[in-house]
Amino acid sequence: MSQPSKAAANSFGKRNGRAAALDRIFTGLVWGIGALVILFICGLLFLLLKNGLPKLTWDFLYGLPSEIEEGGGIGPALFNSFYLLFISLVISIPLGMAAGIYLAEFAPDNRLIGLIRICVEGLSSVPSIIFGLFGIALFVEMFQIGLTILGGAVSLAFLNLPVLTRVTEESIRSVPVELKNASFALGSTHLQTIRRVLIPVALSGIVTGICLTAGRAFGESAVIILTAGVTTSGEMWDFNLFSPGETLAVHLWYVQSEAIVPDAQEIAQKATSVLIFVVLLINLVFRVPLWFNSRKTKG
Amino acid sequence: MQALIQIEKLNLFYGAFHALKNVSLEIPQRAITAFIGPSGCGKSTLLRTLNRMNDMIQGTRIEGKIEIGGTDIYSGDVHVETLRKKVGMVFQQPNPFPKSIYDNVAYGPRLHGIRGKKQLDEIVENSLKAAALWDEVKDHLKRSALSLSGGQQQRLCIARALAVEPDILLMDEATSALDPISTLKIEELAQELKDKYTIVMVTHNMHQAARVSHQTVFFLNGEVVEYSDTEKLFSDPSDQRTEDYISGRFG
Ligand SMILES: Nc1ncnc2c1ncn2[C@@H]1O[C@H](COP(=O)(O)OP(=O)(O)OP(=O)(O)O)[C@@H](O)[C@H]1O
Ligand SMILES: [Mg+2]
Repeated sequence: MSQPSKAAANSFGKRNGRAAALDRIFTGLVWGIGALVILFICGLLFLLLKNGLPKLTWDFLYGLPSEIEEGGGIGPALFNSFYLLFISLVISIPLGMAAGIYLAEFAPDNRLIGLIRICVEGLSSVPSIIFGLFGIALFVEMFQIGLTILGGAVSLAFLNLPVLTRVTEESIRSVPVELKNASFALGSTHLQTIRRVLIPVALSGIVTGICLTAGRAFGESAVIILTAGVTTSGEMWDFNLFSPGETLAVHLWYVQSEAIVPDAQEIAQKATSVLIFVVLLINLVFRVPLWFNSRKTKG
Repeated sequence: MQALIQIEKLNLFYGAFHALKNVSLEIPQRAITAFIGPSGCGKSTLLRTLNRMNDMIQGTRIEGKIEIGGTDIYSGDVHVETLRKKVGMVFQQPNPFPKSIYDNVAYGPRLHGIRGKKQLDEIVENSLKAAALWDEVKDHLKRSALSLSGGQQQRLCIARALAVEPDILLMDEATSALDPISTLKIEELAQELKDKYTIVMVTHNMHQAARVSHQTVFFLNGEVVEYSDTEKLFSDPSDQRTEDYISGRFG
């Protein structure tokens, strides 16, 4: 009779060696890769920010760009970035959400709607330059208004629209049907259920979508170059919708490739850090109310 | 006892599937009526016709008549929202909204236009008391409803249904996801509520039907096999199939 070995002194001490080893290897692998990716992202952020961020001054953020001399700022371009983003979101959020809610809640289940869904899906992954070309066709050729903030903002809105529609539809669809039933069983109308249950529960998903689109729109260049141009009106706080509307991202590209100012390199570095900083900020601004909200609703 | 709900020759089809066959029933006021029968026999379906939740299932078709308090609830001038306000429902799985306890109970009254803080406070308190939950939650009404236990959540759902002051309460296997103690609490609750409300409950638990209900309806394949006083149905069923079912020979 063999003696039980020490390791198996209690009856739960044994385990399947191969499965356990695989489990450990897998866990280690996932951890390792995760850490590596995080490290990579942090390193990338650090590289991009380290040359620009320390040199940022209010004058740079606020100042007018210069064509020939050193020390130009990015004021009008930065302003345009926010202005265009704002207008495009004002247009695309209500439309995108409405379309998404329609598709999730009202659209009949037929071939036509299926086709529309495929189109929306396709459009949300079409290269942005296509939307730029569409913007040219619409604003420059058809309406003949040239390269303007208006044209840029509307084209940006078209770019955002499919993504927002999809995100809204998917978020609304993922709300448990039990909650919908509960609301209807209390005598709510469809609108009341949408407003008081579906949208609040789906909000976190929708906001994530808005963040992604806002970030993408803020950094978008192809559409803007084609529809809003590569110049600004050269003034600060120019709300005129028909002014040319170069944004920060476009300015960055312009400075890097075309500009003749001696400090182009430095401007580019600083503009990069501003761009990244703002995109992070956008995420933060949209997220904070959600955190408060989820503290109230989660268990 | 007066009949509050009258079902006459009701037929219901899910597409081509004939789910309810010629059902005629009179459900009395201020009493508990239990629906029993094997899985898939149409208990939930019949229950959902009473507050027209079936309207939302595509492809359902209904023939026949259901009257509540003398009104044909499928006639054109009935507003389904008003009907559902009068015919509350508690589901099999507790389904509180991801909102605070208070907001869950106040949800229905707010839908129907009650805004005053004092009035809402009162409704919330009374409903939670009626659902025997007040003592457990009165100090943290602002907490999320999802932080409650399953049994508490189900009583919250009952409170939420009571808050719109229904006449009828439909309970579709409302205790099947709960432990014995929570189940008992909800059964006791039903006993108290029957003085004010007409309760129709679906249950798979024969003992529960025998314990709490006054009338019991036994269904089989979409048909009513037997409908009588609970005591009689369980002690002296008149149909062989009922006897087989309650003695556990099938289903
Ligand atoms: N939405 C639906 N579409 C098509 N058929 C359905 C639908 N809902 C229910 N049915 C069918 O109708 C019949 C009755 O279903 P119902 O849910 O009313 O049964 P039940 O008696 O409540 O069963 P259980 O005790 O399992 O809950 C079943 O055969 C079911 O397959
Ligand atoms: Mg059922």
